Amino acid sequence: MHVLANPARFLKLARPITPWLGWAGALLIAGGLISGLSLTPPDYLQGESVRMMYVHVPAAWLGMAGWSGIAAASLMQLVWRHPLAAVAARAIALPGGLFTAICLVTGSLWGRPTWGTWWEWDGRLTSMLILLFLYIGYGALASALADRPSGPRIASIYGLVGAINLPIIHYSVIWWNTLHQGQSIGLTGTSIDSSLLWPLPIAMLGFTLLFAAIVLMRMRALLAEARVEARLRRLASV
Amino acid sequence: MNHWTFIIAAYVVTLVGTLSVTAWSYAEMRRAEKRADALRDDR
Repeated sequence: MHVLANPARFLKLARPITPWLGWAGALLIAGGLISGLSLTPPDYLQGESVRMMYVHVPAAWLGMAGWSGIAAASLMQLVWRHPLAAVAARAIALPGGLFTAICLVTGSLWGRPTWGTWWEWDGRLTSMLILLFLYIGYGALASALADRPSGPRIASIYGLVGAINLPIIHYSVIWWNTLHQGQSIGLTGTSIDSSLLWPLPIAMLGFTLLFAAIVLMRMRALLAEARVEARLRRLASV
Repeated sequence: MNHWTFIIAAYVVTLVGTLSVTAWSYAEMRRAEKRADALRDDR
């Protein structure tokens, strides 16, 4: 990771990688979603509404993975003062927050025909809503403190404290008697039938690659803005 | 209850959100890098 600590070296790698990640992600998303809509059978219990899984699950994964990325970057910022860590965390905040919002909206749309309600204050839904508020708070804090030397440090502490919510989201369906279904995909196996499951990893990989491309684009924008500000400051001091 | 109304809404929300953040991030990156390159050329 320290190899990429130099922004110039990072940009040399990021520039060619960004379009590859973006296009590969877009193609896999298209393949996964079209397959999920047309090539899989309806679920024996949920009927056609199970097809919302192919957008809802990747959005939930990216919402949580995004905050895990913010927490990892925050740790690097606090411990090693990695020059790109604060930039990476700021770049993740917007797409991470957006996918958390998409997860909540698609979950609500899935809940109406399945549970008969748009919303319930159960453990999983409430902890995901808290994650959305954490993202909004992080974005506001990082922007407000961007010009202050202590800004990245304060945002990093917030990023690490916010990570407490991640295990709460994960275990919410175990800890509380909740309306949301229990974990159906784990490291050791799944309770979803393979005829329904196969487009899901394609869609998840696609959304993950596109998310990475978005983060790289936002990091490149933040680094370019920093170069402009540094140049203008030098010109003003001459 | 027709499930397809909900399915279409979920896919539209996801695709519009994903396309919007991708396009916005791309435009921001292009604008910022152009500005940085222009300032470097002015040296």
